[in-house]
Amino acid sequence: MNTTTAAVLVPLLPALAAAVILLTGRRAPGYVQPLAVVPTLASAALAVFVAVRQSGREPLLAGTSLTPTGNPTLPIELAVRLDGFAVLVAVLVAVVAGCVQLYSTGYLRGDPRYASYAALVSLFTSAMLLVVYTDDLVVLLVGWEVMGICSYFLVGHYWETATARSASLKAFLVTKLGDVPFVIGILALASDAGSFRISDIVARLSSSLSGFELSHPTLVALLLLAGVAGKSAQLPLHTWLPDAMAGPTPVSALIHAATMVAAGVYFVARLLPVFAASAAALVVLAALAALTMVGSALAALAQDDVKRVLAYSTIGQLGFMAGALAVADREAAVFHLLTHGAFKALLFLAAGVLIQTAGTGSLAAMSRMRELRRRAPDAFWAMTTGLLALAAVPPFAGFFSKEAVIGAAEHAALDNEHGVSSSLAAPAAAGWIVLVAGLATALLTAAYATRLWLLAFHDPVDARVESVPPGERASSAMTGVLWALMVPSLLLGLAYGKLPDWLDGGSLAPTLTTSVLATGAAVLGGTAVYATWRRAYESAQAEDPAPALLGPLARHAEAGFHLDAVYAAAVVRPVNAAAGLVRHLDRAVIDTCVRGAAGAPGLLGALVRRAGTGNVQTYLSTLVAGALVLGVAAVLVAVGD
Amino acid sequence: MTERELLSTSGQEIVFVLVGLVVLGAAVLCVTTRHLVHAALWLVVALGGLAVEYLLLTAEFVAWVQVLIYLGSVVVLLLFGLMLTRAPIGPSPDADSGNRPVALAVALASAACLVTLVVDAFRTTWIDLETPHGRSEALGDSLFRAWVLPFEALSVLLLAALIGAIALSRARRARAGVAANGGGR
Amino acid sequence: MHLVYPAVLSSLLFCVGVYGVLARRNAILVLMSVELMLAAVSLNLVAFDVWLRDEIHSGQVFTLFLIALAAAEIGVGLAIVLLVYRERGTSAVDRLRALADREGNEPDGNEPDRDGPAPGPGGAASRETTTT
Repeated sequence: MNTTTAAVLVPLLPALAAAVILLTGRRAPGYVQPLAVVPTLASAALAVFVAVRQSGREPLLAGTSLTPTGNPTLPIELAVRLDGFAVLVAVLVAVVAGCVQLYSTGYLRGDPRYASYAALVSLFTSAMLLVVYTDDLVVLLVGWEVMGICSYFLVGHYWETATARSASLKAFLVTKLGDVPFVIGILALASDAGSFRISDIVARLSSSLSGFELSHPTLVALLLLAGVAGKSAQLPLHTWLPDAMAGPTPVSALIHAATMVAAGVYFVARLLPVFAASAAALVVLAALAALTMVGSALAALAQDDVKRVLAYSTIGQLGFMAGALAVADREAAVFHLLTHGAFKALLFLAAGVLIQTAGTGSLAAMSRMRELRRRAPDAFWAMTTGLLALAAVPPFAGFFSKEAVIGAAEHAALDNEHGVSSSLAAPAAAGWIVLVAGLATALLTAAYATRLWLLAFHDPVDARVESVPPGERASSAMTGVLWALMVPSLLLGLAYGKLPDWLDGGSLAPTLTTSVLATGAAVLGGTAVYATWRRAYESAQAEDPAPALLGPLARHAEAGFHLDAVYAAAVVRPVNAAAGLVRHLDRAVIDTCVRGAAGAPGLLGALVRRAGTGNVQTYLSTLVAGALVLGVAAVLVAVGD
Repeated sequence: MTERELLSTSGQEIVFVLVGLVVLGAAVLCVTTRHLVHAALWLVVALGGLAVEYLLLTAEFVAWVQVLIYLGSVVVLLLFGLMLTRAPIGPSPDADSGNRPVALAVALASAACLVTLVVDAFRTTWIDLETPHGRSEALGDSLFRAWVLPFEALSVLLLAALIGAIALSRARRARAGVAANGGGR
Repeated sequence: MHLVYPAVLSSLLFCVGVYGVLARRNAILVLMSVELMLAAVSLNLVAFDVWLRDEIHSGQVFTLFLIALAAAEIGVGLAIVLLVYRERGTSAVDRLRALADREGNEPDGNEPDRDGPAPGPGGAASRETTTT
């Protein structure tokens, strides 16, 4: 099979599966499971095949003209671009999606809407793969928006509950809020650069010979950043992500690990020369990333729900990727994207098992349960591995990718002239911002990872009183997926030496200084949490170490720094007030007009019907008098003429 | 036909006006009297006076037809109708409806308008009555030459009216039968 | 003779007829007033025919037709009046208000509810007549 054909099949298979499931799922529910799992796994296999065939070679470009745009120099093409970034991210997406589909067969067993769920997950996967492979901005936009719609439906899977409904609506509206400037940005970029093809734009921008420059690089970059911030849950559009936990856990894993949020980072990585053309945009990106990292880490430390902790940690890790991009090192960003995809999928799927076992997602409730570790051993090991990777403890995967990011930031901050990629220079300010925020976040990440682990599992002297509620054990499909995902979480980091051959060719190896600094910060954070927890545990108080550590900040951090309240005050309440005004106008003004329009003729009719007395003589009198008046009038008019 | 001044009089005119006053008076009495049977009799007077007027206008055939048909049959029919509806012989206080003031106003207004119009239009027009124009011979001649088709149509119409009157009477009997079944009448 | 005299007479006669039609209560009196109006028209037709010296005597022939028509009209009209009298027990035109627009109830054409309970011919006669 030709590499290009295989690459086209990768997004096509899940899309076809989605269509078939949507068409037949209601009549033949028995075929839904194989239809959901097999095409996704097949496309994962094909993605691996494409990656192996493509490894480290020149980017493969293929395209066919899709539709005329009215401007012959600016066609929309159904094009693929198979470079290292694309094939690796595609492997991640397809593998995680396959795991999620497998896991869902167990997690959503007996769910009446499993068919539509499976179809939407397939469609979601297909859209993300389209975004990954495509070389055309408009086709990318199509996949981007299809993902938005699918996320709306999937987050609202349990639409019977009000939280799920509002969460799905929020996810949709907030991402669309970012998408509006995103579309404008894409059109501005394409008309500026004269092409919708990403490779053309990048080639024009990076070639030093052509001397091509965008006329408004900062504007375009900032417009695109808005869309990226919406999709990748960066400040200030991140608020949808914690709420999206109302969806089923596999969906959270899919959204957080591989698709949707990764799309934003991947998009910036693809178009990094556009962003690098504007130093201001990079600094803005760095500032956003830093704020996101630190803020979300603090919020994660204060959350009570396991999935919300993980959601905030996702935001933070996305901040890391955005930080890597802000210092113009897309290799580090994509490296972190890959490792994060692996260990975050693992964490979410393990959290699903844990929640199913414990019957609750609340950490406070879990911290009172005995022997949770023994009841869900697979979840325990998966969680431990994932949290170690998240906290960037060597030699887990997270360590290497995070080191790559911090190393890149350090490069950008200290010796800017010897940046990682010579053609893409990042301002030193961005480097410093990312470096400092990254170290702080490393500390906080270790802290909340430790807290999560301690609260959920650690009970050295069997002091907990409540027992785990009885429930069904996780199915073998679910636990099998967990063990399978543990492998990349453990080992993917060791690919740091091999990976640059596939990407731009820079170095991703950890440097000694940053390793010591970051690991030291992580150990510090972990130790502090452990000490606080230990004191609380021994004094038999509430075990949560977060309030003691955060002090007065805890309340604000738990509420996500009140950003939702700000949005409510700034957007929701004015819109509600405007709606109320419109409703009042409709009721009081327009309805009155309508009722008057109906009432006036009614009144007139009531008056007129009084003339219908039934007395023939009255009628005749009126008739004769009227005829007389008419006759006189006619005569007078005739005389007057 | 020649034209004269408005108030140049002749003997025929004097008779015409006097008879006209009688006709008008009889008509007014006919529509105002409280005796229902008197009203029919005043109608006879008015229509008879009109026949005299026709004679004065030299329309002798029309005058005799008026006497024969109107006085001979129509008024008799009306009297029968009064009797069949058990009209009171003496004065009946409710002979006029409540619409009377309106009727008076409308009638006076239309009279004023019509008289003004007619006088204004024909004040100097003169009818030449030297040669009679309504002789039976000439009238019959034109009736059965020029107007024979309408005449026949009229006969059909009279037949239709006859049948209609019979049908209405029969319908009454049928309904009365229904009512008798339902109401014991 | 002046044309004005018969024309004015016919106009006044017509208006008297109009008054009768509008003011009389008994249906037969109304029919009489109609006769007066028709007679007024006849007079007009004859007068104008004589004035114009019409070759084919249109006006007088029309008068003859009119007289025949009046006879037919009286025949049918009296039949209707008698029928109504049999059905409703009255020949007063201002009491025949079955077609009036009433609130609420459907006019089924056979209930003189505004005029009190429907009496038979005998009851109506005893109410309408003083001596019989």
